[in-house]
Amino acid sequence: MSDILLETRNLTRRFDVSAPWLNRKLEGKEKAYVKAVTDVSFSVRRGETFALVGESGSGKSTIARMIVGLLEPTAGDITFDGRSLVEGLRGREARRLRRRFQMIFQDPLASLNPRWRVTDIVAEPLRVFERRQGDRARRARVGELLTLVGLSPEDGAKFPHQFSGGQRQRIAIARALAARPDFIVCDEPTSALDVSVQAQILNLMKDLQAEFGLTYVFISHNLQVVRHMANQIGVLYLGRLAEVNDAEALFANPRHPYTRMLLEAVPDIEMTGRPRKRVEGEIPSPIDPPPGCPFHPRCPLANERCRVEVPPLLDGVACHAVHEGRA
Amino acid sequence: MADPILSVRDLTVEFPTRHGILTALSGVSFDIMPGEVLGVVGESGAGKSMTGSAVIGLIDRPGRIAKGEIHLQGERIDNLPEERMRGVRGKRIGMIFQDPLTSLNPLYRISEQIVETIRTHLPLSKEAARAKAVGLLDRVGIPDAARRIDDYPHQFSGGMRQRVVIALALCAEPDLVIADEPTTALDVSVQAQIIDVMKELCAETGAAIMLITHDMGVIAETADRVAVMYAGRIAEIGPVRAVIKDAKHPYSAGLMGAIPRMSADLERLVQIPGAMPRLSAIPPGCPFNPRCPHVFDRCLTHRPAASEIEPGRRVACWLYPGVQEA
Repeated sequence: MSDILLETRNLTRRFDVSAPWLNRKLEGKEKAYVKAVTDVSFSVRRGETFALVGESGSGKSTIARMIVGLLEPTAGDITFDGRSLVEGLRGREARRLRRRFQMIFQDPLASLNPRWRVTDIVAEPLRVFERRQGDRARRARVGELLTLVGLSPEDGAKFPHQFSGGQRQRIAIARALAARPDFIVCDEPTSALDVSVQAQILNLMKDLQAEFGLTYVFISHNLQVVRHMANQIGVLYLGRLAEVNDAEALFANPRHPYTRMLLEAVPDIEMTGRPRKRVEGEIPSPIDPPPGCPFHPRCPLANERCRVEVPPLLDGVACHAVHEGRA
Repeated sequence: MADPILSVRDLTVEFPTRHGILTALSGVSFDIMPGEVLGVVGESGAGKSMTGSAVIGLIDRPGRIAKGEIHLQGERIDNLPEERMRGVRGKRIGMIFQDPLTSLNPLYRISEQIVETIRTHLPLSKEAARAKAVGLLDRVGIPDAARRIDDYPHQFSGGMRQRVVIALALCAEPDLVIADEPTTALDVSVQAQIIDVMKELCAETGAAIMLITHDMGVIAETADRVAVMYAGRIAEIGPVRAVIKDAKHPYSAGLMGAIPRMSADLERLVQIPGAMPRLSAIPPGCPFNPRCPHVFDRCLTHRPAASEIEPGRRVACWLYPGVQEA
């Protein structure tokens, strides 16, 4: 059995944001695309957490949606346990693979049907994937799942609006676990929660990972949360990977100028009084990204080459300055 | 010692409903000194935004201030007629809200909005007001301010819009700025810039800041003192370093432990069981007692008031001697 559970190769996704055909013809406009994700390659090891961090517009949610099959890649490939998810996956095999992964979304209220009782919500994957299971067995399994995430089996009779935000996220986790997946994509699972509730959910996710050997792809904009959860981290900027490294190494020794800037920007809660460098600029629009390295307009190390040539991801970092030994 | 800019005493805000009276704030007292940054932290529903709204007299109906007093530079403002209060808001108290798009009118150019605000509060000609506005936009870090001032709000990015809102809040040279989650809608790299700008400008003009946020990191970077709120009450208030390094109230201690750190490699975060009670179901005694790891008999029956346990430090917890009953 290979060590790698999920791998993406040159994953790319464009969105067509062109004006309607007639307007294009009359006004002489070109077709326009948002390059949400470009050439992203990474691999996720079995039983570990791979985190994708980035600011808004960096393409992290688009990658999550492509992995679980909610969006089709424009180019590139995703392999899960050695099987391509992009090509030639249909019928029974697709079903068998699909039940092995699940997704948890940011806003539990939007991802839980408000008209369904919690039992029905949590049992839905069971109805889809374990059709032969009887009603009683299914209900027993739902009770088990609710207990597992820290709710009580009696909560199954209630509706989502009767729960707090943290409890709703627990319901979403119970539903994700129902089909016994081994891989879960978590898209900002705690961003909508208060810190004390966030701590509860993060602890729960870690416990479940240890108990069931789950593999997570964890998407977040919060570096502290990522530091706490991840084994490996990929830093995204304008749809491209800027740097990939083990979590420890990335925080101890950030190499890409963007990673360094991000770490600088995190508020210093320890109050060590470390001096802060001033962060410059904002993320440009992905419709019209700068040529060359996407980070060059904000980069203190940019030179002529950075302005024209896109740096490849070599040895875990995509930066000409690092490759040339200037950083 | 100088007189405080803002002084809030025993503030209690109630909402009469069909099911009885809900107490949104209870016995909230604090001072803000000239030039000081007071952080107000808490989780959703703790009453931090309500405190800000009460100070500027913008509590939504049917809510009302049932008890307590608010003084701005010695003058009582919680009972001012709406007419006079409008002269206080914007002129003497500037406001910055979380979502810059809701504070800016999308149909007017930035220049019109700032010039109008300046001229409402200061006796300046149109030209002078515009020159002042350009200067302000330049100060908050908007590149090419003289040209950008005639753009509409949608032509700015989120971070730039928040800079405009800061300029707008400071244009009448207020003595106090109330910033309610000013950086929550922004990305981390932009957030740091906005905090820097806000701090610098207030230091320059001598304005005091009441900084309302759920983000302890922002408080640590910015505030001089911090008030931790829980269920409509102040759980703890004191110098920011003391509260962060050595929290006295079990809730603030739990809150600090719940934050994932960049440096420490903890396997598990400190966990406060349960969630904040709803306003309709605040338990008797200390409101934190169902979640508290140190709870004892007295907590279940007697409600503690935020009382001084060290100079400059007030805590509402029966663990400490000298704490009064509310």
